[in-house]
Amino acid sequence: MQSDTHDRPTGTLDETTLVAALKAGDDAAFETLVRTSSHRLLAVARRFARTEEDAQDIVQTAYMNAFRALEKFEGQSQLSTWLHRIVVNTALMKLRSQRTKPEESIETLLPTFKTDGHHAERFRDWSVPADALVQQAETRATVRACIAQLPEAYRSVLLLRDIEERSTRDVADALGLTPAAVKTRLHRARQALSTLLRRRYAADGVTAQDGVTSAGGAASNS
Amino acid sequence: MTCRELTAFIADYLSGDLPPDSKIEFERHLDVCPNCVTYLDGYQDTVRLGRHACDDDDAPVPDTVPEALIEAVLSARSKPSQA
Repeated sequence: MQSDTHDRPTGTLDETTLVAALKAGDDAAFETLVRTSSHRLLAVARRFARTEEDAQDIVQTAYMNAFRALEKFEGQSQLSTWLHRIVVNTALMKLRSQRTKPEESIETLLPTFKTDGHHAERFRDWSVPADALVQQAETRATVRACIAQLPEAYRSVLLLRDIEERSTRDVADALGLTPAAVKTRLHRARQALSTLLRRRYAADGVTAQDGVTSAGGAASNS
Repeated sequence: MTCRELTAFIADYLSGDLPPDSKIEFERHLDVCPNCVTYLDGYQDTVRLGRHACDDDDAPVPDTVPEALIEAVLSARSKPSQA
């Protein structure tokens, strides 16, 4: 769960003391906060940003937003969780501001169909024992690398829905989309990610479907 | 229901949002189409792997944040933005 990753203490000071010092405008407290939390915030920003420059810009803006909102921080969540949310929201603002760019196509990563509605490909089991592999750092790194290959409009929705666990409505509001559009993008993002993972884990996992099975033929009429 | 239609319904099926009639058609198709069963399995594995891709301590957390970034944050704070 996400909370596992950002429930760490923000520094050596206990959190109540740190927050009190921050609210009092203590320069050392601000430096402690930035030096102990920025690496994780930068990691989160990099998931959303297209470039390193954008990621650092997001982090800087997020801290400014956080500093301005400190008075409203009531300690109902961990400071690290609060900062995490701010950096995600800041990344979303940046994504919205960049939406004039043409969207990359995702079509080449989506399944294709014959005119009669059958899959044009025959899929093979990847043979990925997902529960076991989730435990492996290498697998997680591979999945992250595949997510990074998704077109931005789809990557951001997948990150927000499946990783940040935001609601469809929340994501729709944040990205200026309809809930239906969020659902469509999430589905397409998962399909595209599935294609990338299949290619990774079963290099020959998809074969041209000349003469696909009779089972598929029967299904079309069901 | 065709493979194309089933594929379009996968997300709703997994979230329990598919109407009962469509759910029956969906599962009837799965009964006779191993290719869609395999595709659905892969989709579910994808969702599971995706959800856990960043919930670990080996996520690419940079060992060091560029000092220039830290300095920029701290100096921006110290500027008289209260005005």
